[in-house]
Amino acid sequence: MSHRFTREDLERVARLARLELDASELELFSHQVAGILAYAEQMQGVDTTGIEPTAHAPGSAGAMRDDRVLPSLPREASLPAAADADVAAGLFKVPRVLG
Amino acid sequence: MAAFDSALDIRDAVRSGRASAVEICTAALDRIAAADGPINAFRALAPERALARAAALDERRSGDLPLLGVPVAVKDNICTRGIATTAGSRMLDGYLPPYDAAVIERLEAAGAVIVGKTNCDEFAMGSSTENSAYGPTRNPWNLDRIPGGSSGGSAAAVAARMVPLSLGSDTGGSIRQPAALCGVVGFKPSYGRVSRYGLIAFASSLDQIGPFATTVADAALAMDAIAGHDPRDSTSSPAEVPAFGRAVADSDGRLTGVRIGVPRQLFAEGVDPEVLAAFDAALEVARRLGAQIVDVPLPYNAQAIPVYYIVATAEASSNLARYDGVRYGFRAGGARSLGEMYEQTREQGFGREVKRRIILGTYVLSAGYYDAYYLKAQQVRTLIRRDYDQAFAAVDLIAMPTSPTPAFPIGERTGDPVQMYLADVFTVSANLAGLPAVTVPCGFASGRLPVGLQLTGRPMDDAQVLRAADAYGRATSWSSECPAPTPASPSR
Repeated sequence: MSHRFTREDLERVARLARLELDASELELFSHQVAGILAYAEQMQGVDTTGIEPTAHAPGSAGAMRDDRVLPSLPREASLPAAADADVAAGLFKVPRVLG
Repeated sequence: MAAFDSALDIRDAVRSGRASAVEICTAALDRIAAADGPINAFRALAPERALARAAALDERRSGDLPLLGVPVAVKDNICTRGIATTAGSRMLDGYLPPYDAAVIERLEAAGAVIVGKTNCDEFAMGSSTENSAYGPTRNPWNLDRIPGGSSGGSAAAVAARMVPLSLGSDTGGSIRQPAALCGVVGFKPSYGRVSRYGLIAFASSLDQIGPFATTVADAALAMDAIAGHDPRDSTSSPAEVPAFGRAVADSDGRLTGVRIGVPRQLFAEGVDPEVLAAFDAALEVARRLGAQIVDVPLPYNAQAIPVYYIVATAEASSNLARYDGVRYGFRAGGARSLGEMYEQTREQGFGREVKRRIILGTYVLSAGYYDAYYLKAQQVRTLIRRDYDQAFAAVDLIAMPTSPTPAFPIGERTGDPVQMYLADVFTVSANLAGLPAVTVPCGFASGRLPVGLQLTGRPMDDAQVLRAADAYGRATSWSSECPAPTPASPSR
């Protein structure tokens, strides 16, 4: 990997992550994330030919259960945690989606 | 009966009627009120719920409960019904969970009394508890120093003897590193041992809940309460849970025949000489107790930090996508559309370390970079796991210093993420491999800064790890040392 993490990369990734970074963060993060990735570069020297990736801690993958409907939190218990909700109607409220 | 006796002593006192649960709870709340000002270990207290709970225990005379009347503090990323749970983030300011985490249900069923929530790095991302939106926690041994993190509040609360027991979460060392830097016992159970239902997720293939205590016996007692299968966490293991408290209590305090491996080549650079001296002295104690000390190679452990920070941030970028201002917590005002609301809520609600990690995690998962970073890290994770598998063919436990340095000054590393990440150099690999690991106090560096000994065991062999740590703890007096009871005001 010789690609250096740039300000353009940061702006692209921030859009993907739905983060509206301010100017000072754009400046700071483009350097810091490039620094972290440069540190991580040492990993590229490890020969991983034919090595399976580990996505789960050992023993935890593949837990299966029946697909059954079980009781869960009632709406009236969950909705009060929202910034804006109509508890009686059972709805979260958000700003307009379409013009 | 003072609130800072061990959990076992408190339980026995309440069982025998020498103290009531209400007296114990009141003493703990008084101690917190007297000591926590300059430390800032607690985010929220729940005196009414705690006293009502204690009174109910006294009323019922629930004699045989294993944690009867024991006050417990809980990291603020573990949901408590009706008690503010922020995970140290503005994003969850004022959030009152409508349910209790599985570990809260289990602690209360065992007779424990939840007294409050402890400060932590935002969403458990940090090694110093400086990333909390609610101000840093200070180390009770030296108020100008960090307590470690991310569970710094839980470590400091036990170190300052405000409570005998607390819970934290450990994704890359967030229980063990602050426990070591605050001079207390901290245990990260095997992955799958303890249900994470109700734990605010950071990195799901790594997160695990575990206890802080002043003795290994107390940590084992807490494990007896919280361990076990829970169908609400599909990663929780159906394996039988041994009686940890019994395993420790029945131990003869010796390490006869126990083979302890030491990956000496990993300490070649970057380890404080005083930490190394305390570590070597601890190995000598283990040898005197009958252990065999042998060198083991863990060559791929040298890659643990980059692997960890790629895997953990990738998982975090996905887990933290849920904070969008719609269903709970903070929402930015004034947005003209739903998209704007998402972006402004996340910009204003998250702190800088969280944003930095979301950026890194999103990048390593993005098209064009996935293979080079995320897939590569997952492959090296396999090699790190194999390192341990091979080592455990020859030894029963692996010993390392828990942290390469004692507690560092507040503010020293906040501007340099890589330096901060290196605080976790000896702790992250146990998470990557899903192994049980404990830290137990093993001495002091200059300025009375505690040093911890880390012991890591085979997958699901939590009992062996606790038994050995208990033997070491009983043979030494480090665990009974505590910081000056009335902390002075910070000098800055």
